[in-house]
Amino acid sequence: MQAITVKAEVAALDRVTDFVNEVLEALGCPMKTLMQIDLAVEEIFVNIASYAYGPEGGDAVIRVSAADGGVRVAFEDRGIPFDPTAREDPDRTAGAEERPIGGLGIFLTKKLMDAVAYEYRNGMNILTIEKKTGTG
Amino acid sequence: MTINKQKEGTSLTLALEGRLDTITAPELEAVLKEELEDVEALTFDFTALEYISSAGLRVLLSAQKQMNRQGTMKVTGVGEVIMEIFEVTGFSDILTIE
Repeated sequence: MQAITVKAEVAALDRVTDFVNEVLEALGCPMKTLMQIDLAVEEIFVNIASYAYGPEGGDAVIRVSAADGGVRVAFEDRGIPFDPTAREDPDRTAGAEERPIGGLGIFLTKKLMDAVAYEYRNGMNILTIEKKTGTG
Repeated sequence: MTINKQKEGTSLTLALEGRLDTITAPELEAVLKEELEDVEALTFDFTALEYISSAGLRVLLSAQKQMNRQGTMKVTGVGEVIMEIFEVTGFSDILTIE
């Protein structure tokens, strides 16, 4: 398992993505899967950066590990308790005019990952995603 | 991300290269704000676009809404990874993809 601690701010996104990609490439993750995980990582991290803390800010920890037949990425923050998985899915059949701008991030994450789990433990939001890679 | 602009009369083509994500989506938003006013035919060329996140989808949706009022919009050169994102989100029904 490898981990990185960054300030929970959007400007740290590239660092987070680079770190995750480096670990996933070393695990032999296929390119398409890597892109899908990138997307989930961006959506979750930007959510944390935007909403977890007040103006005083705080840290986020991202842990990447090999899971059974795939990979697991966990996000931890000590911000306000928030379960993004509890959000209702947007209406995918709505036309352009009826569509609200936004609300797609966590939906995409749930669709593209094999598992998304949230827990609040020891004062921490912990969001874990898992994706099968077919690499063992 | 690189944005290559090509304008001919009321037609505008924007060829995107790289990643359209939370960091780069505001750049595209700024270009659209500046260039879209008198455009009747907008084309996005995604041949060299590697990645799109919901931040990018948001910009596409707001461009589509504006073009519904003033002309047409299409997206060309969509690769497999980005097409899957369009399909999962239902954007494949909203956008004109060629």
